[in-house]
Amino acid sequence: MRFMMLMLPGGYGDAAPDARPSAEAVEKMMQFNRSLQEAGVLLALDGLHPPASGARVTTVNGKVKVIDGPFAEAHEVIGGYWMIDVSSRDEAIAWASRCPLAPNETIEVRQVFEMADFPLDVQKAAEGFQDMQLSQAS
Amino acid sequence: MTATDIHRTIDAVWRIESARLIAGLARMVRDVGLAEELAQDALVVALERWPESGIPDNPGAWLMTAAKHRAIDQLRRKKLIERKHETLAHEPEFEATDERRELEAMLDDDIGDDLLRLIFTACHPVLSAEARAALTLRLLGGLTTDEIARAFLVPEPTIAQRIVRAKRTLAEKQIPFEVPRGEERNERLASVLEVIYLIFNEGYAATSGDDWMRPELCNEAMRLGRILAGLAPQEPEVLGLLALMEIQASRLRARTTPDGEPILLPDQDRSRWDPLLIRRGLAALQRIEKLGGANGPYALQAAIAAGHARARTVEQTDWTRIATLYAALARVMPSPVVELNRAVAVAMASGPEAGLALVDALADEPLLHNYHLLPSVRGDLLSRLQRHDEARSEFERAAALARNVREKNFLERRAAASASAAHSA
Repeated sequence: MRFMMLMLPGGYGDAAPDARPSAEAVEKMMQFNRSLQEAGVLLALDGLHPPASGARVTTVNGKVKVIDGPFAEAHEVIGGYWMIDVSSRDEAIAWASRCPLAPNETIEVRQVFEMADFPLDVQKAAEGFQDMQLSQAS
Repeated sequence: MTATDIHRTIDAVWRIESARLIAGLARMVRDVGLAEELAQDALVVALERWPESGIPDNPGAWLMTAAKHRAIDQLRRKKLIERKHETLAHEPEFEATDERRELEAMLDDDIGDDLLRLIFTACHPVLSAEARAALTLRLLGGLTTDEIARAFLVPEPTIAQRIVRAKRTLAEKQIPFEVPRGEERNERLASVLEVIYLIFNEGYAATSGDDWMRPELCNEAMRLGRILAGLAPQEPEVLGLLALMEIQASRLRARTTPDGEPILLPDQDRSRWDPLLIRRGLAALQRIEKLGGANGPYALQAAIAAGHARARTVEQTDWTRIATLYAALARVMPSPVVELNRAVAVAMASGPEAGLALVDALADEPLLHNYHLLPSVRGDLLSRLQRHDEARSEFERAAALARNVREKNFLERRAAASASAAHSA
């Protein structure tokens, strides 16, 4: 089963738009990444620019509203993710527990939906969903 | 945490740590069987202590230390015995601390290489393919004997015995715990890849049992393939096998009806194919090309699978390219089954007549003598050429040869359809 490990770095919400992790921090994380790869569980991983350079799109009274980052009201923001393929929720948690976390960092472990998790009517409504994901492939 | 939670956590830790643990220990004691026992002993200690003490901060290191201590005790005991036997008492003072330090240093360098050694040892050609598969799942996958037995649908004692014998054979034949070099490396790598693909195929097209597929075996094989690809990222055939498995596995959920009936490739709902696995497979193929390995047997098979993965519909399939890839595969891995597949691709690209000529050339091939797909393919081509009477007899022959009940039914239906087409013609 697939799990997303979402990295929630404390204070990332206020980070400057051009904030970048240090080489030292990246090196440390790369060791963890390599251990995931060597164990054959890593499917994908990415890091995200700070929210300060992002935007939130929402609707207010049916009208689209765009809010530029940083977002004052956001407590936790995502800094990056790993997608892993493991045999249980416990294994996903055990992996997250091995991540070299800085004192203000949190990892949220969330299972990725499979089509089979949905009742048939939802599966029907989602027809073509995987096709959309595939269009990025070629 | 409740006791059950702790046990589940320990299971998860074991799953993550066991291969590295066994690999490190095997380098120290030079015996994978003994290494596994030591690792198991450490697990038993953890199961006793952790429910009381809680899970240690670094459970992997904890297990390694526990196992090391036992290993060192064992080695020292063995040495003492050897010394007694040899009655050589050159060193009256046995410097335990130094030796311990030396052994620990030895254990700490390069676990990655140890894992590779472990894979090569578990897949040593001195063992039967079945034994290699079971031992690999046990040592590298961290599966219990019971889990392996359930996956292969054989009784647990059979697997247990298979593993015990395999370990004994490795010890008796004094198989060195090392990564082979030079020409031998290529041969041995082929043996490793063969085992991983065997595990995958046992899951992908189960030869026995009620289920046509057992996806958990496919997942194990992909995990092993990814481990190997992480350890040997410059080996194009390792990437080729991984790409092949990932692209094939992308179809897992489209390959059966809700009742478990097989759905053949042309009839699958392609929107159910797994895009993440396809994407990874295609990316691996690009890397293989950069490494100059596009002509390896696994790379070619992966490229063929990718040919299907890229096509949104059967009609969009580039059959000419697939036929060319099969021709290349037949050159590096000559086999009548490859030739038969090439015939199918050629028939799709250039018409049934061209395909039939290739199939007819295989008629006397002894390896295909009892292979139901030969008459099945021939019947299909004949029926497309409106030669229904000949098609009927081919489908009947194919149905008689097919061992899978669902396939047999399908072929009988096609024979009947050909018979009625022959009558109305």
